[in-house]
Amino acid sequence: MGERIWANGNQAVGWGAVSAGCLHFFGYPITPQNEVTEWFASELPKRGGSFCQGESEWSVAAMLFGCSGAGVRAITSTSGPGWGLMQEVLSGFAAAEVPGVIVNIQRGGPGQGTTLHAQTDYLSATRGGHGGYKSIVLAPNSVQEICDFVQLAFYLSEKYRVLGIVLADAIIGQMAEPLEIKTRDFGPLPEKTWATTTMQGKRPLRQIMPGWVIKPYVTGMAEFQKKYEKMQSEVKYEAIQVDDAELVLVAFGYPSRVCMDVVEMAREEGLKVGLLRPLTLWPFPAEVLHKKASQKGVKFLVVEDNLGQMIDDVNLAVLGKAPVHHLGVTARHLPTGSGMILPARVLEEVKKLI
Amino acid sequence: MNKEKVYSLPKYRIAYPGLLCPGCGHGIMANLMAIVLEEMDLGEKTVHVGGMGCTGYVTFTLKVDSTSVTHGTGPAIATGIKRGLNGKPFVFTYQGDGDAIAIGAGALVNAAARGEKITVIMANNANYGTTGGQMAPTTLIGQKTTTTPLGRDPELHGYPQRAAELIAQIEGTCYSARGSTHNPANVTKTKKMLKAAFQKQLDGEGFSFLEVLTACPTDWKKTPAESQKWIEEVMMPVYPLGEFKNISRKK
Repeated sequence: MGERIWANGNQAVGWGAVSAGCLHFFGYPITPQNEVTEWFASELPKRGGSFCQGESEWSVAAMLFGCSGAGVRAITSTSGPGWGLMQEVLSGFAAAEVPGVIVNIQRGGPGQGTTLHAQTDYLSATRGGHGGYKSIVLAPNSVQEICDFVQLAFYLSEKYRVLGIVLADAIIGQMAEPLEIKTRDFGPLPEKTWATTTMQGKRPLRQIMPGWVIKPYVTGMAEFQKKYEKMQSEVKYEAIQVDDAELVLVAFGYPSRVCMDVVEMAREEGLKVGLLRPLTLWPFPAEVLHKKASQKGVKFLVVEDNLGQMIDDVNLAVLGKAPVHHLGVTARHLPTGSGMILPARVLEEVKKLI
Repeated sequence: MNKEKVYSLPKYRIAYPGLLCPGCGHGIMANLMAIVLEEMDLGEKTVHVGGMGCTGYVTFTLKVDSTSVTHGTGPAIATGIKRGLNGKPFVFTYQGDGDAIAIGAGALVNAAARGEKITVIMANNANYGTTGGQMAPTTLIGQKTTTTPLGRDPELHGYPQRAAELIAQIEGTCYSARGSTHNPANVTKTKKMLKAAFQKQLDGEGFSFLEVLTACPTDWKKTPAESQKWIEEVMMPVYPLGEFKNISRKK
């Protein structure tokens, strides 16, 4: 049992990182993730690590590339516009097969959008930037999960030499809950035989290149294809009362917390409602959804705080075998940026559909 | 018969198939950097950050650990390496003018402002060489490039950037100089500047910067000999050689 403290999700990013042995943070302030940056600024120097505030998220991503490329665990966090600025370098990570962990505490987009919660970067995170590549994308829905998923992101990122993205939102980032600080052990990792640590007279030189100059383009692409297929085995999801459900809610992040309440409320009224919550947004739990869709009379309701992003993946999984409905940002209880999709509204929709 | 060895590849240079054009200044710089790494016993302690375009070809010819990611981010990558490895490695970038002072101006200026203990070497050839000779931030007034077909007009295209002078006035910078590669005398002077810039990093003084004038005969549409002359007669009046900053904070 680790130490138990009271922390918010943004601070949990820090606890997760140091629990994973990460002592380097590169960042740029942006709401709603400022506590992340501030936590590292005060905590890392105490632990012999380094904190660097860069001049833009673009540079910050490049600093992360340098540090991770040298075989040293490092992390950054950002939100909407900063996430956008990072994309060019993130594509470079993918090409050069350098691991890296990035936390995106989502805010309302597009553009500068709001500084409040939303889930508008789902497609961007799961599809990636220019060039076409895949990253591990984890979706926590609690303070504890942020801490644990940051550690898992380091592990999977290094296991496959891909980016590990933790996609949370302002509500999960800014709400406080009990947190158990504990180092998670996911097993051994391969030695970093590619890291640019300086030769020191011991080994041949190493080059980390983000382009197709060392091996032929198609050879590299074929290797990526193989790797991305292998990564499918990392699918993780939580199924709550899905087996006998006639209506399956599909949600991640804060709406999945809302949907947990909805399942209880619906069951009390005798409605067979379940929740399928992807913990990995990429790889996406398509198989379990497809299997459920094959049951007679099943319907799906995707609840996400945007105009419809994850619903694309649900539709691809279900392949027309069952109706897929959507409840999104327009179902918030207030028209302002602080509005939320609340349980009563979801239940109302459930009753319309069931 | 006794044979005396009069020339060989420097220890930290790789005999990589030539990707550079005849008369190109990058080859001279690649050799110079390899020689200085050897003379200062730095090769085994180095992580080199390569630039994009032709400067990237130089990266393949240096026998040291190296990395690169995107156009312009060199000083930021170098920051990550230096800090991640707790200040231990020797880290330097070799970038073109577009890389360093156009797309990467923010990364360069801010790495200097933070006083990062890294060295940035910028090759100034007054155009974008790899992409076919477009205007660079260093393109001279009146100079014809493929994107200034009638010559660079300050009204339309603005003025040439003097990077060494700009970086010199940043407080975090401890060394900033401009050298040239157009003749042996200047290559020797540039070598001294390179050593001075590297030494500043080793002494933990702060950010060090070296700009080097390099020929681009292919895109200048000149012979190698004409190109070296053009550096002396046309570039140097706009880009004077010498040290613009050389300070020591430590006593």
